[in-house]
Amino acid sequence: MYGFEAMTFNIHGGYLEAIVRGHRAGLLTAADYNNLCQCETLDDMKMHLSATEYGPYLQNEPSPLHTTTIVEKCTLKLVDEYKHMLCQATEPLSTFLEYITYGHMIDNVVLIVTGTLHERDVQELLEKCHPLGMFDSIATLAVAQNMRELYRLVLVDTPLAPYFSECITSEDLDDMNIEIMRNTLYKAYLEDFYKFCQKLGGATAEIMSDLLAFEADRRAVNITINSIGTELTRDDRRKLYSNFGLLYPYGHEELAVCEDIDQVRGAMEKYPPYQSIFSKLSYGESQMLDKAFYEEEVKRLCLAFEQQFHYGVFFAYMRLREQEIRNLMWISECVAQNQKSRVHDSVVFIF
Amino acid sequence: MGGGTHRPTMDLLRSEPMQLVQLIIPIESAHRSISYLGDLGFFQFKDLNSEKSPFQRTYATQIKRCGEMARKLRFFKEQMVKAGLSPSTRSAISDDVDLDNLEVKLGELEAELMEMNANHEKLQHSYNELIEYKLVVQKAGEFFHSAQSMAAAKQREVEAQQRGEGSIDSPLLLEQEMVTDPSKQVKLGFVSGLVPREKSLAFERILFRATRGNVFLKQSVLEGSVTDPASGEKAEKNVFVVFYSGERARNKIVKICEAFGANRYPFTEDLSKQFQIITEVSGRLEELKTTIDVGLVHQTNLLQTIAYHFEQWSHLVKKEKSIYHTLSMLSIDVTKKCLVAEGWCPVFATNKIQNVLQRATVDSNSQIGTIFHILQTKESPPTYFHTNKFTSAFQEIVDAYGIAKYQEANPGVFTIITFPFLFAVMFGDWGHGICLFLATSYFIIKEKKFSSQKLGDITEMIFGGRYVIMMMALFSIYTGLIYNEFFSVPFELFGPSAYGCRDPACRDASTAGLVKVRATYPFGVDPKWHGTRSELPFLNSLKMKMSILLGVAQMNLGIILSYFNAKFSGNELNIRYQFLPQMIFLNSLFGYLSLLIVVKWCIGSQADLYHVMIYMFLSPTDDLGENQLFFGQKFLQIVLLLAALVAVPWMLFPKPFLLKKQHEERHRGQSYALLENSLDESDEMEVRHGSSSHEEFEFSEVFVHQLIHTIEFVLGAVSNTASYLRLWALSLAHSELSSVFYDKVLLLAWGFNNIFILIIGIFVFICATVGVLLVMETLSAFLHALRLHWVEFQSKFYEGDGYKFQPFSFASLDAEDE
Repeated sequence: MYGFEAMTFNIHGGYLEAIVRGHRAGLLTAADYNNLCQCETLDDMKMHLSATEYGPYLQNEPSPLHTTTIVEKCTLKLVDEYKHMLCQATEPLSTFLEYITYGHMIDNVVLIVTGTLHERDVQELLEKCHPLGMFDSIATLAVAQNMRELYRLVLVDTPLAPYFSECITSEDLDDMNIEIMRNTLYKAYLEDFYKFCQKLGGATAEIMSDLLAFEADRRAVNITINSIGTELTRDDRRKLYSNFGLLYPYGHEELAVCEDIDQVRGAMEKYPPYQSIFSKLSYGESQMLDKAFYEEEVKRLCLAFEQQFHYGVFFAYMRLREQEIRNLMWISECVAQNQKSRVHDSVVFIF
Repeated sequence: MGGGTHRPTMDLLRSEPMQLVQLIIPIESAHRSISYLGDLGFFQFKDLNSEKSPFQRTYATQIKRCGEMARKLRFFKEQMVKAGLSPSTRSAISDDVDLDNLEVKLGELEAELMEMNANHEKLQHSYNELIEYKLVVQKAGEFFHSAQSMAAAKQREVEAQQRGEGSIDSPLLLEQEMVTDPSKQVKLGFVSGLVPREKSLAFERILFRATRGNVFLKQSVLEGSVTDPASGEKAEKNVFVVFYSGERARNKIVKICEAFGANRYPFTEDLSKQFQIITEVSGRLEELKTTIDVGLVHQTNLLQTIAYHFEQWSHLVKKEKSIYHTLSMLSIDVTKKCLVAEGWCPVFATNKIQNVLQRATVDSNSQIGTIFHILQTKESPPTYFHTNKFTSAFQEIVDAYGIAKYQEANPGVFTIITFPFLFAVMFGDWGHGICLFLATSYFIIKEKKFSSQKLGDITEMIFGGRYVIMMMALFSIYTGLIYNEFFSVPFELFGPSAYGCRDPACRDASTAGLVKVRATYPFGVDPKWHGTRSELPFLNSLKMKMSILLGVAQMNLGIILSYFNAKFSGNELNIRYQFLPQMIFLNSLFGYLSLLIVVKWCIGSQADLYHVMIYMFLSPTDDLGENQLFFGQKFLQIVLLLAALVAVPWMLFPKPFLLKKQHEERHRGQSYALLENSLDESDEMEVRHGSSSHEEFEFSEVFVHQLIHTIEFVLGAVSNTASYLRLWALSLAHSELSSVFYDKVLLLAWGFNNIFILIIGIFVFICATVGVLLVMETLSAFLHALRLHWVEFQSKFYEGDGYKFQPFSFASLDAEDE
């Protein structure tokens, strides 16, 4: 019942919404980033972070810190918070929360499969996996030789199984295949998530469809740009685009035939929300596109907190924290490698 | 100068006079000075580097070092907890450890401990591996043994059949099948090992899927749990043996085993070799065990030495860290030779601080002493009350509402008496009071023991307020005696009741026909009232009137305190245009009511006071008739009414206009004032500091503020007086509840004349008395008393916008860290 969720939302979702809003208040502010950017060493960063919510996670780390430790501990905090929320959640919020992690699951599957293809050690790969996307039999992925096996052996037990229906082939795995698999899976995942949110209805559907549409459109643009100059055919490319979003369906037709970045730009500038993103970039440039998209995403995610009684805040919070961890990783890399002039290249301020 | 010896007499009413002090400390004696000041605990440092981020401050490296040491100490603590040791409470005699030495020492200890742990882990790892190996060999041996015996039996059966020949239904190809050529026989390989039990099902499933069913898996459950070598945690595990054929299958199986964290162990089919392996493994286990034990003893020894010093070290590190934090708040001089500190200290501590600074200079062999310089400032100083363990809890009650403005009248002084008294008015029962008193005496007697240990949340709260509760209990014994209530039973404590029967026949009907036979009962309520039909009307009238008297008295006290505040700060306006009209307004209405109550009590009139009060407003000129209490009452009423009417505009209008006039005058005279002041060197500072305080004067804002204030007071006078009626309401509720428990539970149970029912009755009565009357009623009466103080009393005069004096002190370090 649209517009009436305010009456009953708090019965099950009120506590967790309060929790997530509390967590959101702990996100680093622009002042924090300014201070972090001035750090000389990673120890300085630790000192500054110890005054934030990351304090308890970093305080027991011995002094010569590494970038990976910082990122690992910060991620651990996110995972702890997520697990806590998942424990407290009831249906349908718990399903919603689980949906958030499927993206990481897909990435992890792809990571392990690519890793084994290049004969890397499984343990080493497992350490690189995002902890939110872990599932029991993930390590077994290394056994699989082709996608059919991959599906039959391992993924049939995971929530990703339904997404595989479109990409079961008996071809042996190679880099190209895996990348296509990733995008097909992502497409199926986003569509499923979108459908799920529509089913929830109310403010959740409204806000999440906006956020997911943005995500889908961004993926479409990225697929287009990454596939320029590869042997991927137009039809194949067209198939990887999700079947919703602002660009669907006419924008996809145009993107499918793009041959270079300026054509992409031409196609995208017809859509007012993306016009502002592309107007920041000079012609022929694509490096800064990621950052521009991230900035736009952060803006939209922050707006999700303006409305109450919907699940979008959980999605938004998880995404914002991930962005924050990316920021911290970038800053600490810059600090560790003495490249402080480049700090601002990739940091996206959240507030 | 105000020395340390003489202390202001109005200790608790006015907060301690404070001064802003600038210290210029030579850099060589800075550390020691701060340390001594921390021991003294009378100086609150201001952060002069607030715009700098933590790692840009002067002493960031030292703070980092201390943080690192604190981390090492936490590591030791963790290790000690793991080893089951607790740091010795008696800290070792302080042989004055130097921070640098300590840092080195801690580093060494940590490295040693880490190495030990690593060694221990390695040994433990191989130990656990061997145990697992042994288990696998035993269990898998059983598989093979049973399989072999079964196979042998089968073989014999077949052979017997072959020998038997003849039978037609024996399969023709059997012979061929059974006696296959040994060269063609596929050699089955196998993998054996341990897999965690919760994963065993999935393990089996994946194995089956991966090899398309071309494996044979045999599992057996291990009783008890096994320590996993990799993680070092206890886990329940299954022994498995997988049979497979072909090298590709083997690779897959090995990979799956890795993925599932299943440890594989080699195994031979040969029985004699199995025995050999088992004995070999057992021997090595013995050896490892002794090695591990020796290592453990060594580690425990090391940890014990650490535990011996632990408290001292951690205290030192905390202290150092706080010193460097404080040092970072000081601004460093351009010449880098001295540090400049600014902060607040109470005036009476001036000498002590100077002495301490002197001592620091001498002790650190500094050439130059620290300069102690008092600054003039317009900034509002922090509020510091010198409380002791008795008064601090009452002060907390006031502070919870708001910290007093610097040197404003502190309601805490009056709270010490009025708070427990108002509580007791609502909780009047001397039986309950004695229970409460006994409970709180327990806390007070065991005070030493409790204050040194950590308590739970609720106990902590009760312990903190033990003196408040004691006062509450004493006062409720007092009011209980006045109300003559002891678990709702009346007692003839102060002589016999004044009333008796007119004739001996009235014994049963004690509710009617009583006459006064003796002098009035000397103290409190006459016990005869209890249980009579007119008990409630009598007590209600008494308590209601008493509530109003108490309320008017307390509110008057509040307004009088506002006079003292105004007088103290020299604010004539507030006295003339706020205090006076407020006094007149309140007293002409409710003061008059109180007067009527007292007069009525004295002369025993039947006048209806409601009627008098209401018609005083509605038709003041009417004749009072039978409600007249004294001569000239009508005239007095008209005068009072007029006074109250005049008081309202008096409160509202003059003050804002006069403020405006004052402001204009000040601005006109400013240029002259500046000239005068510039002659005086010392006042220049004041001008500089004070220049920021010339804010804009917004007349409309001031006027609206005054309007709100006036309306609040006028309405408040009525509603606050009514609010005091809660004293009566709660007191009524308390006595009714306790009489219900007494009559309906205890007496009812008594009536059955059955020991069993009586015991149950007594049990229920005790539970109800303790749970409802002693705990819940105490809480509710406490909260109502709190409200009466915060809202009705303090709103009359208390600003409460000050901030607390938080001196830099080592004494508070340990407490805040936990």
